[in-house]
Amino acid sequence: MADVTMRVWRGDASGGDFESFTLAPNEGEVVLDLIHRIQATEAPDLACRWNCKAGKCGSCSAEINGKPRLMCMTRMDSLPEGPVTVTPMKAFPIIRDLVTDVSFNYVQAAKVPAFLPPPMPEGGYRMFQEDVERGQEFRKCIECFMCQDVCHVIRDHEDNKPHYAGPRFFIRYAELEMHPLDQNDRRDLIREEMGLGYCNITKCCTEVCPEHIKITDNAIIPLKERVVDAHYDPVAWLGRKIRRRTKTSATDASVQPAP
Amino acid sequence: MVDSSYEHHEYDVVIIGAGGAGLRAAIEAKRRGMNVALVTKSLLGKAHTVMAEGGIAAAMGNVQSEDNWMVHFRDTMRGGKYLNNYRMAELHAKESPDRVHELEQWGALFDRTKDGKILQRDFGGHRYARLAHVGDRTGLELIRTLQQKVVSMGVDVFMECKILKLVHDDQGRIAGCVGYWRASGEFVTFQAKAIILATGGIGKSWKFTSNSWESTGDGHAMALWAGAKLIDMECVQFHPTGMVWPLSVRGLLVTEGVRGDGGVLRNSLGERFMFNYVAPMFRDETADSEEEADKWYDDHDAGRRPPELLPRDEVARAINTEVKAGRGTPHGGVYLDIATRRTPEFIRRRLPSMYHQFMELAGVDITREAMEIGPTCHYMMGGVQVDADSETTVVPGLFAAGEVAGGMHGANRLGGNSLSDLVVFGRRAGLGAADYVEAGHAAATFNQREVDAAIEEALAPLERASGENPYDIQRDLQEMMQTNVGIIRNAAELETATKLLDEFTERVKRVSVKGGRAYNPGWNLATDLPSMISVSKCVTLGATMRKESRGGHTREDFPNPDPELAKVNMAQSSPGGNWDSPVEVVAAALLEMPADLKALLEETK
Repeated sequence: MADVTMRVWRGDASGGDFESFTLAPNEGEVVLDLIHRIQATEAPDLACRWNCKAGKCGSCSAEINGKPRLMCMTRMDSLPEGPVTVTPMKAFPIIRDLVTDVSFNYVQAAKVPAFLPPPMPEGGYRMFQEDVERGQEFRKCIECFMCQDVCHVIRDHEDNKPHYAGPRFFIRYAELEMHPLDQNDRRDLIREEMGLGYCNITKCCTEVCPEHIKITDNAIIPLKERVVDAHYDPVAWLGRKIRRRTKTSATDASVQPAP
Repeated sequence: MVDSSYEHHEYDVVIIGAGGAGLRAAIEAKRRGMNVALVTKSLLGKAHTVMAEGGIAAAMGNVQSEDNWMVHFRDTMRGGKYLNNYRMAELHAKESPDRVHELEQWGALFDRTKDGKILQRDFGGHRYARLAHVGDRTGLELIRTLQQKVVSMGVDVFMECKILKLVHDDQGRIAGCVGYWRASGEFVTFQAKAIILATGGIGKSWKFTSNSWESTGDGHAMALWAGAKLIDMECVQFHPTGMVWPLSVRGLLVTEGVRGDGGVLRNSLGERFMFNYVAPMFRDETADSEEEADKWYDDHDAGRRPPELLPRDEVARAINTEVKAGRGTPHGGVYLDIATRRTPEFIRRRLPSMYHQFMELAGVDITREAMEIGPTCHYMMGGVQVDADSETTVVPGLFAAGEVAGGMHGANRLGGNSLSDLVVFGRRAGLGAADYVEAGHAAATFNQREVDAAIEEALAPLERASGENPYDIQRDLQEMMQTNVGIIRNAAELETATKLLDEFTERVKRVSVKGGRAYNPGWNLATDLPSMISVSKCVTLGATMRKESRGGHTREDFPNPDPELAKVNMAQSSPGGNWDSPVEVVAAALLEMPADLKALLEETK
């Protein structure tokens, strides 16, 4: 391939600018390969995060030509001709170059009330594939935090962070709510402290998810329905409570043996 | 000049490494009321455990009720070519079902059987369908479950913190460690009554590897420098199926689940060549025709197992031989074909991340075309010698679990036995460390001289005005190890490697790094190089001493196993205690196996 100019943002919390590097991509190379070659030659101190280089760990998130992408899964030959800009995720404070301070996400993770199952019967829990599949979709999340990065509620309004969990944690709450065994009720918390109501379902999170999780349709919208129902409709709330109990005991073989 | 104005923390137990073993150890130590710190070079949840795909081995018998711990024990020992610490293999086989069930109590969602139990899949070397799994992303499920549990328990987690060296007290007991924050480059010390090493592997010393940048053997090296013994360092697993093309992803793992679910290996002539490579010890249980092998997939009682599901060392050597004989693919691998054997729907459902990986990185649709694959450096069987029950090393206060510990897998690890190793021995290390702390013999002083020396050494590359680029040294080391200490070894190449490693040692002493200390990957790499050199020397020395072929260690000048060498581990130590100190090796007798366990190995059916 012909030479490409990589415009990489360099700097720290006090400011920075683009630095350009020109090099020729080899067949099949991804953006992260070029960043690595720049590190190995011209700029050994160019900061970026990466681990698996296989789209499985979610470390190398950045904005490529302005869009959140995993650097390890973005092939150079998939990008339009011309210079390629690589910038750090915008919604998080800069540490250095392409590395941002993503601790907001770890603060949110620590607020999630833990999974709470009934005691395990002899031989293990019984659950059915169709019941676990809904949660499994959300557990594919690799925590690249690109959905958090792209979400307008925090991307454009830093002051929303203390009371807004963001799409990554809405799928975590949805997963727990839909878990066939979980007995913890987090609905008031999700509505009152996690800011679910701020989401106006523009689906930007779904569009950037590298795992193709249908964040808005399969997690946020059902979660909004549950939480709103629970709050405004005491009959529906009671009905759900009873159905949940029934479902929980049905999976507990010590109470009611599974078929 | 050494700046002594750095952060200092005090804990009962400090765990270095936050993959499966470190996380599981943290849970157990915390449950025992210990004050626990978990320290990781990366962010939490990014450790190499996420790369595990196929599953976690546990003899639950959900798919084939004949399975039990005794068969799992036997399979593990046979897979390890009997070099295993038998007691570790025994504990692992007995305890892994409980550890898997425990993961479900913490929120994991495994795939299910029709009657709602945890589904288990077939894998190489396992007699029965034994691997609990979630599609082909089981490692992610394991790490996320453990991570969420650790966070909910309130364990203190120190992220992006690189530990440089362990610190002793004045009597040689472990008293803590010293490292730096990657974000700021500032130093930090941890005073600890016990340290658990859970740092994973060493694969980054090879050019074609499935391992991430983190696998630089830090724990192996720090244990060696601190006075512990390393065993079986010559036993490096080359996984048979890594991607070979495009070059930028060469080495990236292709799960063994592809073969477990029906995929077969073919050479450039289209031959299903694995039938030609069935070693005598596996002949009784392996199919001898394609017809018999294919029947087995539908009904495990209708035929014997396909030879594609032999242990990894056997399959990797066979692929290597086919390529050397000129029957390889255009890019120097062989074909892994599931497209002609299973429906596109089946492939996408069972192997979603493989589908995704080949589609996006290689432009190959695995539901329509064969994959090109070849061996890739994948796993370190060898490691820190520990007591099987408590994971104690010979250094008081030092524990090790997971890939950094040696013994469990002998000369070759079976697929699926790694994730179970992490949770079985991670838990036991947490218990072992808590017992040690409670017994009250822990260190009370902290050797400041060791801290100062480690900091001085770490700063040296920043202070040299000119010298070697750390990236050049890393690249040359990877090329050298791939060429001379790869999948097939011989005396001449090992001798070359030994000489060159001395040259690399000198080069590392001349490393010069540009820029400051704050998030500087060049400097971070410079501080990883001493461990990479240390472990490379140990692998080379062990491989030189083991004049036979066994499991992951293959010598073309000694192609057969030697029954005498089946009785010993190559045990290495470094009394000098520095990264450039000489390493000594002795042949140390294996533990004597009790008669009842020996009898299990002799049963063929």
